[in-house]
Amino acid sequence: MTTTGSTADGPPRLEVAGLTVTFGGLTALDDVGFTVADGETVALIGPNGAGKTTVFNAVCGLVRTRRGEVRVGGEPAPPSATGLLRAGVSRTLQGLGLFDRLTVLENVLVPLSGTRLTGDHLAAAHEVLAALGLGAVAAVRAGALPYPERKRVALARALVTRPRLLLLDEPAGGLGAADIDQLARTVRTVADGGCAVLLVEHHVDFVTDVADRVVVLDLGRVIACGTPGEVRRDPAVEEAYLGVPAGEVRP
Amino acid sequence: MSTLTIDRLTVGHGDGAPVLDGLSLEVPDGALVALLGANGAGKTTLLRALVGLLPARAGRVLLDGADLSAMSTEDRVRRGLALVPEGRSVVVELTVAENLRLGALRQAGRPRRGPAVDAAVAEMYELFEPLARRRDAAGHTLSGGERQMLALARALVSRPDVLLLDEPSLGLAPLVVARLLGVLRDQAEATGLTVLLAEQNVTSALSVAERGVVLSLGEVVADRPAAELAADPALRHAYLGF
Repeated sequence: MTTTGSTADGPPRLEVAGLTVTFGGLTALDDVGFTVADGETVALIGPNGAGKTTVFNAVCGLVRTRRGEVRVGGEPAPPSATGLLRAGVSRTLQGLGLFDRLTVLENVLVPLSGTRLTGDHLAAAHEVLAALGLGAVAAVRAGALPYPERKRVALARALVTRPRLLLLDEPAGGLGAADIDQLARTVRTVADGGCAVLLVEHHVDFVTDVADRVVVLDLGRVIACGTPGEVRRDPAVEEAYLGVPAGEVRP
Repeated sequence: MSTLTIDRLTVGHGDGAPVLDGLSLEVPDGALVALLGANGAGKTTLLRALVGLLPARAGRVLLDGADLSAMSTEDRVRRGLALVPEGRSVVVELTVAENLRLGALRQAGRPRRGPAVDAAVAEMYELFEPLARRRDAAGHTLSGGERQMLALARALVSRPDVLLLDEPSLGLAPLVVARLLGVLRDQAEATGLTVLLAEQNVTSALSVAERGVVLSLGEVVADRPAAELAADPALRHAYLGF
């Protein structure tokens, strides 16, 4: 079993151990292990098709695991969406998955819709919208917003439940420099509040900026783990993932 | 190959204020031009209008002097324009190999199968190694990044004269972005492929482009040599926000 990463006192918020997932003849994840502690930000990077989103899907019970286990707060990860919500797990999606015809506020209230909406829920939604600079567009249809704001709505929807484990799938993808800076501030604030953050991302500078540790996947296996600086200097990571700057490439 | 000329193009959604207002721009034969600007600046709107997916309220789009403005999207593609939109659109029921071969269907009078198409497909497998590994896999089983690679590779197989790319780096690993941009630059130099590259990944785009064109609120606010834009912090800060 491959296990990487340190743990804080008590069980880590997320522990993935020996995780193996196959799709037909394809081994998508092969004996993957790592942990994320409360207040820690871990980035999962690697080539396209390495299995990064499959890790998220395994944590959320959306794919059947062949071997291994996922533990949240020391307990086996609940298999249902409502169970995950109760265990304090939230995630965003690569494709955002917003309800374009609903308003921003309605989108953010969706994770709370399984319970009777109270004034506290509305207050929590308005609070997270204000924190992400979306207060002025709360009543606007999500589909009418530009892409960076749509991404923030998706983030707000993940944060409204006050998660203890936040999974972010390519949060910086498609954003410009100013929006990425704002996102980095948000992620740091969330982690400083004690939430464990696991993010999949290709924007290496953003990863270096926000991650405490980086886990590198290639072909479904962990090939490196360490601080952003250690991982960027790792020759195996350079060969499999980083390459050289575009201006130097001569195929 | 082909020079793309955009002449005082005005485009809007519905009855609202125009997103592009009288925009003019020339992308010469064999040039690689980076189209930059914040989200909402009008980059995607411009690319969609160029291929006829959005109607122009005024102005013209010309390819080597021929006016495409009244043509359907299909006819513009037959004339040699190709757009790879955001959104990783692949045919999910077909395999990787079948999706790639769809790229060869674009033009009457060009081979749809045979050695030339095989060579183009093989070249894409070399460029995008994960696609080679998964050539018999159905589109719906691909990861987000693999779908993006497949959409790009399919457009390259079609051997367009003018390639319009909307954020091709989105979701791709740095190594793949570097390879892809290297190939675009080499094809522009070697075959005269004309490329208009809309990107948020400004540093990478400027590293291969000759010119950088910055849009803001639907207007061209800067049109400079790429090296100049990349090297001048004041220009970058003023136009690109970093």
